[in-house]
Amino acid sequence: MRVALFITCVNDTLYPQTGQAVVTLLERLGVAVGFPEGQSCCGQPQFNTGYRHETEPLVRRYAAAFRDYDYVVAPSGSCAAMVRDNYPRIGAKAAAEGRGQELADAAAEAVPKTYELTEFLTDVLKVTDVGAYYPHTVTYHPTCHGLRMLGLGDRPRSLLAAVQGLNLVELPGADECCGFGGTFAVKNAAVSAAMGADKARNITATGAEAVCTVDNSCQMHIGGTLARQGSTVRPVHIAEILASTEGNVW
Amino acid sequence: MSGTHQATYLGMPAFPVAADASTRNTQLRANLRHATHTIRAKRATAVAELDDWSPLRAAGAAIKDRTLRHLDHYLEQLEGAVTAAGGHVHWAADADEANRIVTELVRATGEREVVKVKSMATQEIGLNGALATAGITAYETDLAELIVQLGDDLPSHILVPAIHRNRGEIRDIFAEKMAEWGRPAPEGLTDAPADLAEAARLHLREKFLNAKVGISGANFMVAETGTLVVVESEGNGRMCLTLPETLISVVGIEKVIPTFQDLEVFLQLLPRSSTAERMNPYTSTWTGTTDADGPRTFHLVLLDNGRTDTLADTVGRQALRCIRCSACLNVCPVYERAGGHAYGSAYPGPIGAILTPQLRGTQSELDASLPYASSLCGACYEVCPVAIDIPEILVHLRERVVEGGPVTVRGTRTVIKPAKGHAAERAAMRAARWALDHPGVLRTGQRLASRTRRFHPRRLPGPGRAWSDTRELPKVPEESFRDWWQRTRGGSGTEGRTTT
Amino acid sequence: MTPQDPGSRSAQHPGTRSTQGPDAQDPGSRALVMARIRRALADVPRAETPDAVPVERTYHRVHGDRAPAETVDLLAENLADYRAIVHRADTPSLPALIARLLADRGATSVAVPPGLPDSWLSAVPDAVRRVPDTAELTPHDLDAVSSVVTACAVAIAETGTVVLDAAPDQGRRRITLVPDHHICVIQVPDQVVDSVPQALERLAPARPLTWISGPSATSDIELDRVEGVHGPRTLEVILAGPPTGPETAGQS
Repeated sequence: MRVALFITCVNDTLYPQTGQAVVTLLERLGVAVGFPEGQSCCGQPQFNTGYRHETEPLVRRYAAAFRDYDYVVAPSGSCAAMVRDNYPRIGAKAAAEGRGQELADAAAEAVPKTYELTEFLTDVLKVTDVGAYYPHTVTYHPTCHGLRMLGLGDRPRSLLAAVQGLNLVELPGADECCGFGGTFAVKNAAVSAAMGADKARNITATGAEAVCTVDNSCQMHIGGTLARQGSTVRPVHIAEILASTEGNVW
Repeated sequence: MSGTHQATYLGMPAFPVAADASTRNTQLRANLRHATHTIRAKRATAVAELDDWSPLRAAGAAIKDRTLRHLDHYLEQLEGAVTAAGGHVHWAADADEANRIVTELVRATGEREVVKVKSMATQEIGLNGALATAGITAYETDLAELIVQLGDDLPSHILVPAIHRNRGEIRDIFAEKMAEWGRPAPEGLTDAPADLAEAARLHLREKFLNAKVGISGANFMVAETGTLVVVESEGNGRMCLTLPETLISVVGIEKVIPTFQDLEVFLQLLPRSSTAERMNPYTSTWTGTTDADGPRTFHLVLLDNGRTDTLADTVGRQALRCIRCSACLNVCPVYERAGGHAYGSAYPGPIGAILTPQLRGTQSELDASLPYASSLCGACYEVCPVAIDIPEILVHLRERVVEGGPVTVRGTRTVIKPAKGHAAERAAMRAARWALDHPGVLRTGQRLASRTRRFHPRRLPGPGRAWSDTRELPKVPEESFRDWWQRTRGGSGTEGRTTT
Repeated sequence: MTPQDPGSRSAQHPGTRSTQGPDAQDPGSRALVMARIRRALADVPRAETPDAVPVERTYHRVHGDRAPAETVDLLAENLADYRAIVHRADTPSLPALIARLLADRGATSVAVPPGLPDSWLSAVPDAVRRVPDTAELTPHDLDAVSSVVTACAVAIAETGTVVLDAAPDQGRRRITLVPDHHICVIQVPDQVVDSVPQALERLAPARPLTWISGPSATSDIELDRVEGVHGPRTLEVILAGPPTGPETAGQS
């Protein structure tokens, strides 16, 4: 089983500790992880803003970068959903525009091997208790693309519930979008900020020490809003909680 | 009379501008939050009662797809059946033509007043304004439409056009304005919803009893039988459909369904999605005219007005499945905060964000901004009873805005240019793609950012302010993941490496 | 070539295609819209028939498995849930019940469909004026009528719905609309079906149908439901059956 980490550009640049946590976690579970350096961005910011043609080279790059792997694990619901839902669309549209099957083939190659981290743990490794220890009160925000595009369901919550020492508290209005939405956050800044403010208030009201998600891009927005509100709740990626052990809490 | 003045969506600003104002309106925010959260929970309960919701939803989508793929066939069948049942069928290619047809039909009756059932199609074409210009007063009879009309306001929701008004505001509008339009509000009117409903009942009763012409839309038209269906709650629909001598129904061509049996799907999907009821209080069906029961004359005006342009787009076509339930509005976090008026059309919310730019095109600044009025959270798609993939169409339309491309405008295939105002963004996207497609460049950028991290401001100037006005910026780490991997793993596991 | 758009046309009814209308000659917009549709559907293979587009009807014909009596109970429950007032009567006691409901209401007049069984109003005092449902009856006349008594075509248990199809025992649509009090008699269990699909099988589309689920209501004020707007504000439903069931049950 050859497993690659798809770090995603946001994690690579801004949240390297999340990638380090994934590596630590998977290695602890006996999985050797590769990191093909040809990888880059999934293309979601371009695609979701309307620049489909700018996304196409990144589809090719993704397929090529992970060609030698059986599984690609991404610590991001949103980026995994981009590959799984939108790469086939990009391929189909290119074919419909008379540009052949090349992109559709690249998509077909990428889609079945791409997993979001909690999916990979639950569905492929078939573990729920990853042997983690995290002595904090945590609330979980299901990010939209993980929740609705990937259908992660209870996977993240089940993994968190099995963590020693972790006190999981319910987040009111959990299923509501935090308001990040990629370029939406700046194109419709007022609405985005209003959504973020409501989300942050709900998070703070839980009394949790940390808010956990499967997406650092949403966390960037949530954490930035929490900080601006003066909240002490800190955002933490699920990989960092699952990587934590008694001797090494992230 | 105030009926001659018509509020209009024309000339409204782009969505972000309007939404920026409405998010700061605390009263509006509170009204919308209360209303949408109330209905959200109820809908979930009503839907959960049916353990076959998923197959019902799939059947609803499939019936609509069947109809749309053979729309010419079903419209011809419908026309034949309506005509055979004693109705008159008219075709309107656009709003102006529909308005002209209806105006002439009303004129031919000699009447100067009409009663109206709430109808999205007549809102879309601005029928009330056209009638007013011709000296004909249209009385809206749905409670929420009455609130909007009396308040000289615009609808902001598909199901509940006055959702932006709370009970206190409604009381004030009734007390102030009812007398201008007919029977005044009762003395000492309170803001209790039951009292407000009673005031509307008394105010409108004289209109119903005297009405000679009724105007409606329809939720469904059955091709096989020529049967029209109106789904409602208050009984104002029944009044308008049965008491007048002449009934004129303006209906979008996409509202046709193949068979009477198909109603078994939609009459389960619609009420639970819309008002969150097992069944709405009243559903009326009629087929042409019936001897000595209901209107003696029935006119059906079939409306295109951009629907065939929408049909021509194989991705956007699915928007025509819409049964106007408004479930997508009620779950939408953007709608909840921006309010319906920001969408600048009779169709607000997620469905409006995909329907309006298809019906009207993406040429105006407002219409070009609508596909971006979403965080793509997907809640709308999840609740849509006919499974319209709204996020997919939003992204598809964003592409049309920034890249241009082939579209159908008023029936003619054409290629549109990218919308204005996206040049800087396009350049940035291109540059970003280039960097991302050259990981070496990406790494250089990351290292530069890390090296200068101590000098990064907390708040950004220029366009970056849109972020940093309300959110702290993330701190750039000392080292990217890429560099950490390189440093600690020495390039192991880099089999997939490509040249940069 | 694209047909001309109608914007420049001056005809008053450019889209009219009525065979009866005086100005039904110009088929311009009909042809235009049809041509647009056919061009828009260029992706649909010419040989494809409508039936070739798959529609899977894997949804249930009925939700749940109920004996006829349970179906009637469910109907009563769902009618009451949406604020209809539910009564039960056996055939011999029906006239007395109707008379009592009208008396309790203080009704001074009652609209009567032409085919209503004579016995139903046999216990109603003559002082309560019978208003026959005729073509001459105006909406204003009806506005002065206290109550209306009708039968129904079918009732749907799962949704708490009664359907009227304007048959002689139900009358014209307006008599159940303008008076503020409607008494509707359902023959149980014969007229009761479980589900919406079953109801549609029993109904004739050519007849004007009125589906009634509780009294009129609105959610237009803050999306809160308020019963009673334009239609009858009081809907009383009598489940009339063979003389076996409890005398009156499920009253709300």
